[in-house]
Amino acid sequence: MADHLPILEVEDLHTHFFTKSGVVKAVDGVSFSVKPGETLGIVGESGSGKSITAMSIMKLVPSPPGRIVSGDIRFKGESLLPKKEKEMRKIRGKDISMIFQDPMTSLNPVFSVEKQMLETIMTHENMNKQQARIRAIELLDLVGIPDAAKRLKNYPHEFSGGMRQRVMIAMALACNPKVLIADEPTTALDVTIQAQILDLLKKLQQELGMAIIMITHDLGVVAEVCDRVMVMYAGKPVEFSSVKELFDKPKHPYTWGLLSSIPQIHNRKERLEAIKGLPPDLRDLPKGCSFAPRCSHVKDECLIKDPALSEDETDHFVRCLLYEQEEKVTVHE
Amino acid sequence: MSELLRVQNLKKHFPIYKGAIFPKQTGAVQAVDGISITVNQGETLGLVGESGCGKSTAGRTILKLLEPTDGKIFYKGQDITDVKGEELRKLRKEMQLIFQDPYASLNPRKTIEQTVTEPMKIFGMSKEKRQQKLDKLLEVVGLDSYHKSRYPHEFSGGQRQRIGIARALALDPELIICDEPVSALDVSIQAQVINLMEDLQKEFNLTYIFIAHDLSVVHHISDRVAVMYLGEIVEIGDVEELYGNPKHPYTKALLSSIPEARPLEKRERITLEGDLPSPSNPPQGCKFHTRCPWAEDICKQKKPVLKQVPGAEHQVACHLVKEVVEDTEATLV
Repeated sequence: MADHLPILEVEDLHTHFFTKSGVVKAVDGVSFSVKPGETLGIVGESGSGKSITAMSIMKLVPSPPGRIVSGDIRFKGESLLPKKEKEMRKIRGKDISMIFQDPMTSLNPVFSVEKQMLETIMTHENMNKQQARIRAIELLDLVGIPDAAKRLKNYPHEFSGGMRQRVMIAMALACNPKVLIADEPTTALDVTIQAQILDLLKKLQQELGMAIIMITHDLGVVAEVCDRVMVMYAGKPVEFSSVKELFDKPKHPYTWGLLSSIPQIHNRKERLEAIKGLPPDLRDLPKGCSFAPRCSHVKDECLIKDPALSEDETDHFVRCLLYEQEEKVTVHE
Repeated sequence: MSELLRVQNLKKHFPIYKGAIFPKQTGAVQAVDGISITVNQGETLGLVGESGCGKSTAGRTILKLLEPTDGKIFYKGQDITDVKGEELRKLRKEMQLIFQDPYASLNPRKTIEQTVTEPMKIFGMSKEKRQQKLDKLLEVVGLDSYHKSRYPHEFSGGQRQRIGIARALALDPELIICDEPVSALDVSIQAQVINLMEDLQKEFNLTYIFIAHDLSVVHHISDRVAVMYLGEIVEIGDVEELYGNPKHPYTKALLSSIPEARPLEKRERITLEGDLPSPSNPPQGCKFHTRCPWAEDICKQKKPVLKQVPGAEHQVACHLVKEVVEDTEATLV
């Protein structure tokens, strides 16, 4: 897998929203790439820019007020940014597809699942209705919906939450996409159903070899399914590494804070170590490091200088002055 | 520890009617179907289960916000099942509720001051006393007193939840039922609110019934935990005992489904098949038998009752658990 070329590359992406009360820098310098068969996790709290990153890739950022200000998004080496809406439509759903958090609001309640699935299939594939229907039944089978041929006629409200999410996944997979963006796919589901859906995604990835970008706020989900992970804070990636590295040797104080603020069953603490304060207002980011006002290791320098992403020998990137200095020291020696 | 609340065989059924002109009851949603619990002064009882298992309805019925269909509720040894009018109003002072959604549970047209002091006004506290109390409450929940003339939309989710907590504390209650108080919050904020709730419990000697679907949070905050499935308690016990030594197949599956932030530990996961059956038409016998991987014939016919696990504060309702005390008296504790 490692010698494959990346299927999707995002380079220094900046997506800003130009609102009356100021410019919201929702995504501010995000770079990553995914290879076929790989799962990349993007973690962050609400407002950290993880969903807008996904929307930017699909070019679904509402414009105005939103705009991709700079950067590049390349699919199979080809930039998506100059593409027109018509060309993007051919890519969405076929090459890159997306599943959303809430399957109830992302399916159309007035059309049967059959109608919605056939629409996707027939838009992208050269198939007649008969063939498309056979394909749709195959897909519902694939995602584990029992009695698929009969269920196809049902409307979204006739499915349970977990089953609806399976329908969404089946639709997203209709044209064998190369990249699947899953935006909080299990957040609205119960734990036992979440476990089913995560298992299903892993199984489908092994069978179909697509790349998955998993957007979530749950570090537990990341640990279960991802290969690499990017932690975002206030629109910027603050740490980027393999999952093993991140949980083994987290570097950024924000990641430390996140990891210690989740209660863990195997290690019950008297008290959770919460991150103090609130996430910053994206219209008016603090000078220097955005995390500095909440950081427990803040130094004077952090309030002035915005750190750059630095890398160590294990492909572990971190955006923090604690490590920039370490490097300087080693250079001097 | 003295007993504060005792619930005996509590049931809440919601009737289903058919027919527009001459409605006839055709069935009932058996949201809560015979639960018995005891809560001691100063402890936290966790109530976990998936959506639709009746945990919120149980909480609301205990508070008498919903009229119980059957069963008895004792508060401080007094039967409050049929209490009405002025007596009930006085009782409300002692029991309060914290809601899940900090956005929907605050009146958007009232300032924080109005929201928090309203209960005091209803119970006839003088204006001076109200002001003093308000300042103190805001201080204990960690909000600055200049916030009091602001409206809910000016606050973040975590701050709103603090306001909700301040309101619940306004009348010095003894029992607080917390209905998913942190599930709408980001992890870093969630930890702040959990810590706050623990501090307040110590300071004011509060008793919590903590309703949540997040098993890790429940594990962190609870002294004892009850697991609900389709309106019934399937397992109840001391938190460490229940999490360390789960007996019921459903509890085992729930615990093994939690994604944990430990990528290196591979656990054996019990994935449950299918969805929660409808509570308007629950399965015969053990309600869990349709999804239980180990179900036997007896499970389909006979309903299991809670039985004591010897040598521990632990009760389980399952035919397959053999090492229980065959004494039905023990189950009514």
